[in-house]
Parts: sequence; C-alpha cells; structure tokens
Amino acid sequence: MSDTLLKVRDLKIGATIYPPGEKPRDIEIVHGVSFDLAPGKVLGLIGESGAGKSTIGLASMAYGRGGVKITGGEVWVNGRDILKGGHKDIRRLRGAEVTYVSQSAAASFNPAKKIMDQVVEAAVEQKKFSRKEAEARARALFAKLGLPDPDNIGERYPHQVSGGQLQRCMTALALCPEPDLVVFDEPTTALDVTTQIDVLMAIKEAIRDTGVAALYITHDLAVVAQVSDDIMVLKMGNTVEYGHVDQIINNPQEEYTKALVSVRSIEHEEKAPTAEPVLSVRNITARYKGTQFDVLHNVNVDLYPGQTLAVVGESGSGKSTLARVITGLLPPREGEIEFAGRKLSPDLKGRSREDLRELQMIYQMADVAMNPRQTVGTIIGRPLEFYFGMRGAEKKKRIIELLDEIELGEKFIDRYPAELSGGQKQRVCIARSLAAKPKMIICDEVTSALDPLVADGILKLLLDLQKIEDVAYLFITHDLATVRAISDNIAVMYQGKVQRYGGKSKVLSPPFDDYTDLLLSSVPEMKLGWLEEVIAHRKMESAGN
Amino acid sequence: MSPIVKLLAQRIALSLLLLLLISIVIFAGTIVLPGDVAQSILGQSATPEALANLRAELGVNDPPVERYFAWLFGAMQGDLGTALTSGQDIAQALSSRFWNTLFLAFWAAVVAVPLAIFLGLLAVRFKDRWPDKMISAVTLASISIPEFLIGYVLMYFIAVQLRWFPSVAMINDSMSLFEKLNAIALPIAVLTLVVLAHMMRMTRAAILNVMQSAYIETAELKGLNAFQVIYRHAFPNAIAPIVNVVMLNLAYLVVGVVVIEVVFVYPGMGQYLVDHVSKRDVPVVQACGLIFAAVYIGLNMIADIVAILSNPRLRHPK
Repeated sequence: MSDTLLKVRDLKIGATIYPPGEKPRDIEIVHGVSFDLAPGKVLGLIGESGAGKSTIGLASMAYGRGGVKITGGEVWVNGRDILKGGHKDIRRLRGAEVTYVSQSAAASFNPAKKIMDQVVEAAVEQKKFSRKEAEARARALFAKLGLPDPDNIGERYPHQVSGGQLQRCMTALALCPEPDLVVFDEPTTALDVTTQIDVLMAIKEAIRDTGVAALYITHDLAVVAQVSDDIMVLKMGNTVEYGHVDQIINNPQEEYTKALVSVRSIEHEEKAPTAEPVLSVRNITARYKGTQFDVLHNVNVDLYPGQTLAVVGESGSGKSTLARVITGLLPPREGEIEFAGRKLSPDLKGRSREDLRELQMIYQMADVAMNPRQTVGTIIGRPLEFYFGMRGAEKKKRIIELLDEIELGEKFIDRYPAELSGGQKQRVCIARSLAAKPKMIICDEVTSALDPLVADGILKLLLDLQKIEDVAYLFITHDLATVRAISDNIAVMYQGKVQRYGGKSKVLSPPFDDYTDLLLSSVPEMKLGWLEEVIAHRKMESAGN
Repeated sequence: MSPIVKLLAQRIALSLLLLLLISIVIFAGTIVLPGDVAQSILGQSATPEALANLRAELGVNDPPVERYFAWLFGAMQGDLGTALTSGQDIAQALSSRFWNTLFLAFWAAVVAVPLAIFLGLLAVRFKDRWPDKMISAVTLASISIPEFLIGYVLMYFIAVQLRWFPSVAMINDSMSLFEKLNAIALPIAVLTLVVLAHMMRMTRAAILNVMQSAYIETAELKGLNAFQVIYRHAFPNAIAPIVNVVMLNLAYLVVGVVVIEVVFVYPGMGQYLVDHVSKRDVPVVQACGLIFAAVYIGLNMIADIVAILSNPRLRHPK
C-alpha cells in the first residue's frame, strides 16, 4: 500500500445549467483542486454553500449529483486513478473502499427497509463479508457508536429511532464494509447541539479505533477543528488555504479564513426594560388538535418595545409552537396574550387588521415564503396596499425607501426571487414585514438556512433596523451564538417549559441549571481539543455526582 | 386498537357507506328515466287498460321508497329480482356472464399488469434514452386509438390474415382452459394495449419521483447496479401510487369492457347490459349498475388498503 490513500490532482468539476429562456450551458464549479490524504488521517473540507466541498467529496467516489460531471484532473484511490475506470471499477470502489455519510440520515435511509438490511447491504453486496459476519460487525459498530440496545436496534425501521441515533446508524453503515476512506458530508449539521457533541465524539472515536481515513465536510470551522488533522478552506470552487489544523485555526493567513475563524463580530449591549411590555405571554398552555399531551406548559414571557427577546431551545422544545400561539394559528388551552396594551383574540379569525399589521413574521425559508412569480416590488408593495391603501408613485417611493433600508437599492425592484441569493431573499422578507410598520416581528430561525458570514450580515441589519424603526423582535432560534449577538432578554425552553428567563447577562452567567449548562457547554468552540475537554469534564462531573 | 386496524376499519366502513349511497343513486336514476316499460313490452297498439294492468303487475305504481327498500334487501340476499322482459331470474342470468367478464378481465390483468410494471421499470432504467421514448410512444399511441378500432385492426390482421386466433371470442363451459384462452386471446391483446399506457406511465412517474430521494443516492454510493437500486430501493416506496392506478385499470377491465365484448361477441355482462338498456328493462340495469359499482368500490378499497399496509410508519408504529 502506498502512503497516500487519496491523491487528488487538479480536479475540475463542471455542471450543465438550464437558465430559463436561454440555451443550457456548461459552467465550471470546481477549478482545479489538489490534495493528499494519508491512511488513517482526517482532512476537513470547509467553506460556505457553493464552495464545492460536497462536490469534491463525492468526486472521490467518482459520483456527480444531478448534472454534475468531473471534467478534468485525477483522483487516485489506493494507487488507481478512479476516473479512468469503467462502470464496474467504480461500482467496486463505492461501498467497499470508499463510503459516504450524508447530512440527513433521516432522508438517506430507505423508509421501507429495516436498518440492519441497509447497514450490511454494501458489505454483503461487495462480497467483503458474509451476511452473518456483516451483521455481527454492524452490531459491534452500533455498540461502539453508543446506540441503545445494539443487538436489536437493527431490526427497527428508520422512523422508529431518533435523528441522532439514525446519524450514528449511518456512520455504522459507512464503516461496516471496512472501507479505507469515509466521506462525512455535514454529518452533524442537522442535529441539535447537545446531540451533535455526542455524535461528533462517536465519529471521532470510530475513526481512531478503526484506523479509517476520512474527508470531513462542513461549513462549521469549530466542528471541523475537533476532528481533522488537516483543513482545506474552499471558496467558489477554489482552494483558499490548505494546511495543518493548528495553523488554520491559530494562524490563518488568508483574509477569508480569518473571517471564518473570528467569532461573531456583532456586539450588542443589553438594554434594560423601559416602558410597558409590547407583548405579554401569560400562563400559556397549548396542545395540538387530536393529541393527548401539552407541548407548552404555563409559559410566561414579556417583550419590551424596541428590544429583542430570544427564545432558544432544541427541536421539540416548543419554541415554534409558542410562535404559532402568539400569531393565533394555534389557540391555547389556557392563558392569554396581551399585545400593545390590549388582549389579543386567541384565534386568528378574531383578530383585527390592526392586530395583524402590528404583529409581523419572518420565516426560516425565505424561498418558500415568497411567491416565485412576483417581483420584489410586488412582494414588498403588497402590505403597503393592504394596510395603508398606497398606490402608484407613493407606493413606489416607499418600496424604494424600504429597499434602501435593507441595503439592496432600487435596482432590485423588478427582480424575481429566483434571481436573488439566500441572504438577499431574506432581506426582501424583512422589508416586506417592515412595510406594515409593525410594533413587533417574530423571527423564526431567520438565519439558520444561511452561511455564517451572510447570517452575520442579516443580524447586523436587523439590529440597525431595530434602532431606526423601534420595532421589537421575538427571535426564535436554536443557535446560541445568534442569541448572544442580538438579544436583550432570553428565554431558554426545554420540553415545553421556560427553563430559564431574564436579561442576557443573567441568563448566560453562572450558576446555571443543568439543562442550560448542558446547552451552553455543547456549543463547539474554535479551539483545538475542545471536544475532549468537554467530554472529560462531563465524565468527571458525572463521576463526582 | 392499533392505529392501522382502526384505519383499515374506517376505510372498509367508508366503502360500504359509499356503496349504499350509490345504490340510492342508481335506483333514483333509473326511476326518473323517461320511457315506460309496459309500453315497450306491449307495443304501441296496447290498450290503456292493458297497460295499467301490466304496470300494477310489475309493481311500478308502488311508492318509490318502499320499492327501493324491497330492492335493497333483496339485493343484499342475492335476489336481484326478475327481468321484466323475459321473466328470468336476474341473479341466475347474470352469474355466468359475470364470471365470463371476470375471466376475461383476470387474464387481461395477468398479461397487462406485470408487463406495464416491467416496461415502467425499463423506462426508468433508460430514462430519456431511446428505450424510454419508444415505450412511451407506443403505449401512448395504443391508448389514443379507440379500442374498437384496435379490436377490428387486430381482428383483420391476426384473425383474418394470419389466422392465429379466432375473431369471435365465444366461450362456453364445455371448453378446456386452453381452448378458452385461445378464444379470448384477441380481446386480451386489445385490453392490454388499452390499459398498458396508464399503468406504465404511472409506474415510471412514481419510481422517478422516488429516485429523487436521498436514499437512492445512498444506494448508488453503495456500489449497487441500476436495477438493484430501482428494484430494491425505489420500487418498495412507489408501491402505493402504482397499486392505485393498477386497481383503477382492473376496475376498468371489469366495468369498461362493454365495447370489447360487443366487438368480439363475448358473452359477458357488458353485452347483457346493453341488450336490456335498449329494452328498458329497469331491474336488469339496476342490478348491473350495482354490481359494477361494487366492483369499482371494492377494487379501489383494496388499493387503499395496500397503500396503508405498504406504509412502514403505519405498519410499525413507534
């Protein structure tokens, strides 16, 4: 065996795009990338969306998603250039020498088949192990990855286990055929932060114990710093910087890398409550129709004019349900909501147009929150017509003002959503909600689908607009860095209850309750060896108790 | 009770309710139809007294609600009444014809369903290449041509010119299975051509839809070949829509073969129905309508039951 397992030279990858109304044309999305990976080592590929990192990862299996084609360069695996092989050579490589762990295990497992059948399939099909051996291996891997009841979990169907467990099953699937290289494509991105840390540790230990090499793809530099030996920073299909993890994290050379490494640059001083609250949530208990248990238990929070209340929690904590109750989409079982000094009808139907105007919402997925067949001008102009009856020149003037406020400008007025980037789309959604001149905006995970640097820009914009328009934000998020950046008050939610509530400095300072401590300590830090420290610390604590 | 049992019970109850409603519609519909059965039996020269007597004898003067319930309870016990024109017992007259219709539909399905699914899989495997385009073109052409025309064209070439199969699909109880199949070969071919396109295209669309899923990529990255990916990972998740369209077509094979039965002079239910419609024999029309409705609802119910059973989330709850 050679001492390089994977050798990539001047890799070029292209795709055919189909612009509406134009002839299809070929574009290049990766422009000549080279790197080496030794057996048992981990290379982190990092970059924002569109950097080509997943595309490069899949190219090491000679695979192109959709219309993606490898157009040039060499990919050597175990001393063979896999791009020169035929279909059969490529099939023998996939699932045997190189395997893949995707971002969403929930989507990557076939819902109609048992987990065990899927985990052993590649190993058996590639004749690496007999079915019996492969099953024994799978059970051993389930145990090693910390899955509960490792002897029987394989008999379950994918929907019968949790998201974090399924992600570990996917790792077992990748390791089962005893590959030389595993491509991890954002394996923890879809997980809650407290789950991510366990899966990350399980993956790291599995890599160490099996001696397999890995390409670890992610947009989160703090995560990749915990598992990699080397890191390659990518931007728009080009290598920005490539070096040892220590050098990239502690001594980055390029501006782009420095921007990624520097933690959120936003500073926001906590404001003390001033006037009467604009929104008071009083003793809210709620459940969904046809279910038997409450998803919100006696929730009490206040939001003050011109301030930000961050509601933070993991999936299933009830934070989005709280938003549904406040907007009137889910009338609560008990409790009431006071808004701008008046009692709000629990049901959307009972609310006046004024109620609707003063309480706006911005969503996580800006793409689906806009009509793709309307121009930006129409989208922003609609609330102006609806609430204020504006027409013609007056309306256009106001639209342009709003476009200037969101830093896009007049030239965007005739564009369609498809012509905008993710960050620009979210800005248009912000302008649309501001057009109604609301007292309060509910922001539901508005930066979660965006790249970190773009998300930073959106948060800055929201803070600036808050100063100008004196609008209050109820900011729902799972991301603690975002919470730190923008909130005045924080409510930590866990299993439908407000676990901790108060001013930012109070909530984020010790002494903590157990859950808040777990949540805060699980957020990856841009520091080598952080993962081991946290795990060791937790083991010590649980031994001490 | 487990949710799946509840769901299935609901679905079956819904079917029964639907059948009951349809029985009302059929009964009401045949009552409001214009025309007088007594007149059509006795002819234009009948005296008013004779007509009145016959109407009283046939029970057409009783209140409709009373007649409906008498008819419904009779039908539930297998008594479909007697034909007005011939005085025959309808259930008896229908049963052999009904079995003939089912016999033809069954063999048409045996040929058409596997063929359609196989062609659908093949079209997916060679998507947008010439086999896919050819399959689509041929099946679309065959569904676009009226079925009686296909019937006569096949009859001319295969029965008349080549003399492979008989042109008239007469069967009776004394024939062996092979003789019967030989007799109905042409109608089977026509029916297959008629229902193939619909099922094949649905299979193709359902599987292509599933092929977009992330787990198909997982399967490809395991090094499986294209047929393994389609057969093992895509097909099991596409069963529900495929079964749905298959059942719709099976229902068509039973209910919609009237034209084909007439073209090939096949002694099935369709021809019997057409005969008695022209004679205004209301009880026969009602009986046929009820049976066709029951077949339609029953097959669609089976499709929904299969769809429910094929959903792993319902079969294996958390």
